[in-house]
Amino acid sequence: MSPPDGTWYDEDAGALVRPYAMTRGRTSSPQQADLEMITLVVAVGSVTRVEAATLDPECLQILATCRQPKSVAEISAELRLPLSVVKILLGDLIDKNLVMFRSAVTPDIHVLQAVINGIRRL
Amino acid sequence: MAFDDSDPHRAEPDGLPVAAVKLLVAGGFGVGKTTLVGTISEIPPLRTEELITELSKGIDDLSGVESKSTTTVALDFGRITISPELVLYLFGTPGQDRFWFMWDELAEGAIGAVVLADTGRLDDCFPAVDFFERRRIPFVIGVNRFDGQPVYTPLEVRQALDLDAQIPVQICDVRERDSCRDLLITLAEHALTLAMAAT
Repeated sequence: MSPPDGTWYDEDAGALVRPYAMTRGRTSSPQQADLEMITLVVAVGSVTRVEAATLDPECLQILATCRQPKSVAEISAELRLPLSVVKILLGDLIDKNLVMFRSAVTPDIHVLQAVINGIRRL
Repeated sequence: MAFDDSDPHRAEPDGLPVAAVKLLVAGGFGVGKTTLVGTISEIPPLRTEELITELSKGIDDLSGVESKSTTTVALDFGRITISPELVLYLFGTPGQDRFWFMWDELAEGAIGAVVLADTGRLDDCFPAVDFFERRRIPFVIGVNRFDGQPVYTPLEVRQALDLDAQIPVQICDVRERDSCRDLLITLAEHALTLAMAAT
């Protein structure tokens, strides 16, 4: 039944509005395989009022959060949403061309050298 | 620095010119993983959570009903901007044994790992050492100084952990920024040595 805080809760089933309600029940998406915790994403372009009306609040929050490049993990942490949920919602935003992403680099010799130089400067 | 952008879904270099790389901070519960991340990170450590659906115990129950439950595993992480083109993320690995499968995703593509050891309970870091050894992931041992703990030399720790000679063992204090920085440099240099030997 509905407790005072307004969330639906069932003693056996637990919270009735599960995180995956935000993803309309999906637990994976075609884009998800490409999105890792440190994949960087950034919002591109501006969302029209018509588009905004079709987006879930969580998607709008993601767009607001990644105006600057952010990792999938940072978005998950800042919005307090599980990683898998963030990946699915980001997949939708990528499909709508509202978000660009950049996969993690492989730590080859050049990357390692850059990391060593960067840490030395700290 | 050249980045491969052959996938058309990926950002154009002029659109998202920054990419990321990661390293892991492992070790037993309470050894100072999150402290290390917080000491060296340019942002206060963040916490992300992943949902895990597990089959509950007793799947060979005669009723034949496999019940599932959802739980979460938390990961603490920090960030260091290496250059305008490169960001380094540091992830603390989950301490509990039942989250080992998360380590595979964490370790995939990582530079390597700092394994923190507490000489008072050295065996807490055995599983992490074992994990990185088996997967040939570069790692270094950071022996965290705890007040009031007996002080062992790096050689004694190396012998106790039965480590290969080339694996660096370094005394550290995860509360000290310079100490954390030196540990990360040792790891990156060790990873570079291994990468160069492999070419």
